[in-house]
Amino acid sequence: MLTLTQALHDRIVAHAREDHPDEACGVVAGPVGTGRPERFIPMLNAARSPTFYEFDSGDLLKLYREMDDRDEEPVIIYHSHTATEAYPSRTDISYANEPGAHYVLVSTADADGAGPFQFRSYRIVDGEVTEEEVRVVEAY
Amino acid sequence: MAIEVRIPTILRQYTDGQKAVEGNGDTLAALFADLETRHAGIQARIVDDGKLRRFVNVYLNDEDVRFLDSINTKLSDGDTVTILPAVAGGSV
Repeated sequence: MLTLTQALHDRIVAHAREDHPDEACGVVAGPVGTGRPERFIPMLNAARSPTFYEFDSGDLLKLYREMDDRDEEPVIIYHSHTATEAYPSRTDISYANEPGAHYVLVSTADADGAGPFQFRSYRIVDGEVTEEEVRVVEAY
Repeated sequence: MAIEVRIPTILRQYTDGQKAVEGNGDTLAALFADLETRHAGIQARIVDDGKLRRFVNVYLNDEDVRFLDSINTKLSDGDTVTILPAVAGGSV
């Protein structure tokens, strides 16, 4: 189960809406071993694409160094799908390299009135996807 | 010639959980071959058909080696090499 604050939830959604129709992506880091998402870090989608995202390689190095210095890990890795449902694609699964992270997907496909906004979370380990419950709280 | 190599979580299964290991080599290709002798299996996760895998980023000190000489990038004593899988995906 993923537990996150309403404030973090809203920031992820706002980032996804802002970058629509391109995919938005980012991380919420937290203290190593706690599983608690705390620090919201929106990332630049270097691919600037409606169907693909990739963290800029320089930004990626900076991000991991910073997390290392602060004893943090990526608790949430999020990105948006802009025209399809919030479910990991084959591409998402093959590039998922953080077995300890919650992979959050949001869909901004509702921007055209196609349906309710989707905010879903998954574990992706060795190519296997497991959806998990998302619990939004006021504070930890 | 000692090079410090920083290992991402996903590849620590080859390094007994160590975050950083030491290696030798005057190029990246030689360094990864050297790592393979002690950490069997790691090379194939980074190199495919003699080239760096597309979704693995390798940095020499602060620089993405794709902007240097990729797998043929020359190394010097005291350099740090960082390996980080790309964070990427998409809807198709």
